[in-house]
Amino acid sequence: MPIHEKSLIRPENLRTNDNLVIEGMDVSGHWSTFIEGRSITDYNENLQDEIAALPGGENIHRCWQCGSCTNACTVNAINPEFNPRYWIYLIRLGMEDELLRDKDIIWQCVSCNKCTYACPRDVAPEGVMKATAHWLELKGHTPKSPSMIFDEGFSSQVFETGKIEDSLVLRNFLKDTGQPLRQPWLESMILGLIKRFPVFYLIRLGLMQVFRPKTKGWGRARKAIEEYVHEVEAANRKALGLKEGAE
Amino acid sequence: MGEQKYKKVAYYPGCALESSGHAYNASTKAVGKELGLDLVEIDNWNCCGAMEVKNIDPKIQTYLSARNLSITEEMGFDTVMAPCNGCYHNLKKAEYDLSHDAKSVEVNDRLSQKAGHKTYEPGKVETIHALDWLKHAVGEEEIARRVKNSLKGLKVANYYGCMYTRPRHIFPEKDKGPGSESTAKPHFMDDILAAAGAQNVDFPLKTACCGGAHSLSDSDTSTKLVLNILTTAEACGADVIATECPTCHTGLEMHQIRAEKVMGRKTHVKILYFTQLLGMALGLSPNKVAVQENFSDARPLLKEKGLA
Repeated sequence: MPIHEKSLIRPENLRTNDNLVIEGMDVSGHWSTFIEGRSITDYNENLQDEIAALPGGENIHRCWQCGSCTNACTVNAINPEFNPRYWIYLIRLGMEDELLRDKDIIWQCVSCNKCTYACPRDVAPEGVMKATAHWLELKGHTPKSPSMIFDEGFSSQVFETGKIEDSLVLRNFLKDTGQPLRQPWLESMILGLIKRFPVFYLIRLGLMQVFRPKTKGWGRARKAIEEYVHEVEAANRKALGLKEGAE
Repeated sequence: MGEQKYKKVAYYPGCALESSGHAYNASTKAVGKELGLDLVEIDNWNCCGAMEVKNIDPKIQTYLSARNLSITEEMGFDTVMAPCNGCYHNLKKAEYDLSHDAKSVEVNDRLSQKAGHKTYEPGKVETIHALDWLKHAVGEEEIARRVKNSLKGLKVANYYGCMYTRPRHIFPEKDKGPGSESTAKPHFMDDILAAAGAQNVDFPLKTACCGGAHSLSDSDTSTKLVLNILTTAEACGADVIATECPTCHTGLEMHQIRAEKVMGRKTHVKILYFTQLLGMALGLSPNKVAVQENFSDARPLLKEKGLA
C-alpha cells in the first residue's frame, strides 16, 4: 500500500517508484512509495523455551506486554533502541532474525532492577536481559561482551580465593579486553590521590600487590563451586542443543 | 533510646570496604565506636558475588551469601549488618530465595555439604544495612542529642542507588507504613543526616542508577548516568552527595573525573559517605572518618562550613 508517513518504516522496507501506473492510474510522485510486502516463515519455535532454560529467563512466559519495563528502564532513557518489552515480544513470538538486529546492545542492561520493580507480572525482565545476552553468546551470534568478560574475571577471582581485590579486577579487565592500563582519566584520578596523601597510598598499593585477600579455609568451597559451574555450563549448552564444551 | 538487640551485631564489611571503599569501613567503625555500638566481624567471610557472579549462575551467588549467614549463626548472632548495598542486597536475596525456591535450597545444601559447613536455613539471621543499624540501634533523637559539630548549613542530596530498595520482594520489612523504610522514596539517610543538622535538598534521583555494574565494561553509559546524578544534585542546590554504598560512591567519584576528562563536563558537588558526615557531626575529625581518602576533595568545603 502507498504510504505517507515514512519515518515509521525502516528504509529497506520501503520501495519508491519513479514512474508508476496502476490500473491505468498514474501514481507517480508523493504516493509512489510503498511498504514492501513481507511474510515471515523462519520462526524459531524454540526461542522462548531456550531463553527460559537459561538462568534469569524462567518467567518470560508471564509477560503480557504492558511496557512497564521499558518505561522504567535506565538504559532506554539514554538509548531508545534499548527496548526490553519489544525483545520479550520477539522472543515469545520466535522472531529470532528481528531480535538479532539488536544483538550488540542487549548486554548493556545495567541491572538496576527498575524493570523488575515495575513489572506487574513478576517476569523479572532484568533476568531475561541477562539470559538473552547469554543466549546470544552461547549461540555464537555475538562475541563475549565486555560485561561478560568482566563478570567472568570477577567470578573466577571469587571462586579461586573467596574474595576479590578491586584493583586486580580492574587490571585484569583492562588486560582481557586489550585496553591500555594507562587510561588518562584513571591516571589523573590516582595521581590526584597520591599527591594528596602519598605515603599511605603507596604503602597500601604495594601491600595489595603482595597480599591478595583470601578467605581462610576456602579450598573445599572452591572445589564444590567449580564442579557446580561445570555442571551448569553443560546444562545450559544442552538446553540450547549445543555440543558439549565447544566454546 | 534505640533497640537493644541491634547494639551488638555481626559485621560483614565485604571486599569493597577492604579496598576502594576503605573510607566507608573506617567511618562506619568510628561512628559505631563513638555511639557505643559493638561490631563483631564475621570470621573468614567470603565475597557475596556482587553484581557479577549471578551472571555466571544466580544459585552460586545464593550459596556465597548463605555461607556468610551460616558463619554468622555459628558465631551466635541473629543479626548481621552490611554497610555495602551489594552485600546487603545479596544477603537479603539469599534469604528470600532460600525461603521461596526449592532449587536454590537444594544447590545451597549440596555446596555447603561439600564445602564442609552447616547449611544455612532461612529465618535464622536478620540482615540489616548500616542505615537500619543506626536508625534502630540509636535513632534520630539520640543522634541529635549527641551532635557536637552540627552539619548546619550543609546542603545534602541523599543518594541510595539501586540495590538498597530493588527489587521490592527481597525487602519484606520495607513499605510497611510509618517508621519503615520506603522503596520508592527511601528516607533513612535523610532522617539520620537531618538529625545531625544537615539541610537535605529535595533530590529526585535518590534511587537512580549510577551504572555501577558496567562502570568499567560500558564506561560511556556509566559516565552519562553519573553526570545526570551530579548535575541534578547541583541543580537542587546540594553541596554534597551523601552515599551509603561503596560501588555507588566509587562510581560517582570515578565518573565525575571521567566526565571532566572525556566529555569536558566539570561538576563541583562533593561526594561523601553518610558515615563520614555523621562522624564529623559527632565530633570526629575529618581524618578519623578518612575524608582525605575520597577522590573528590571535600576538605575546602568542610573548612568553609566549619566542620574541619
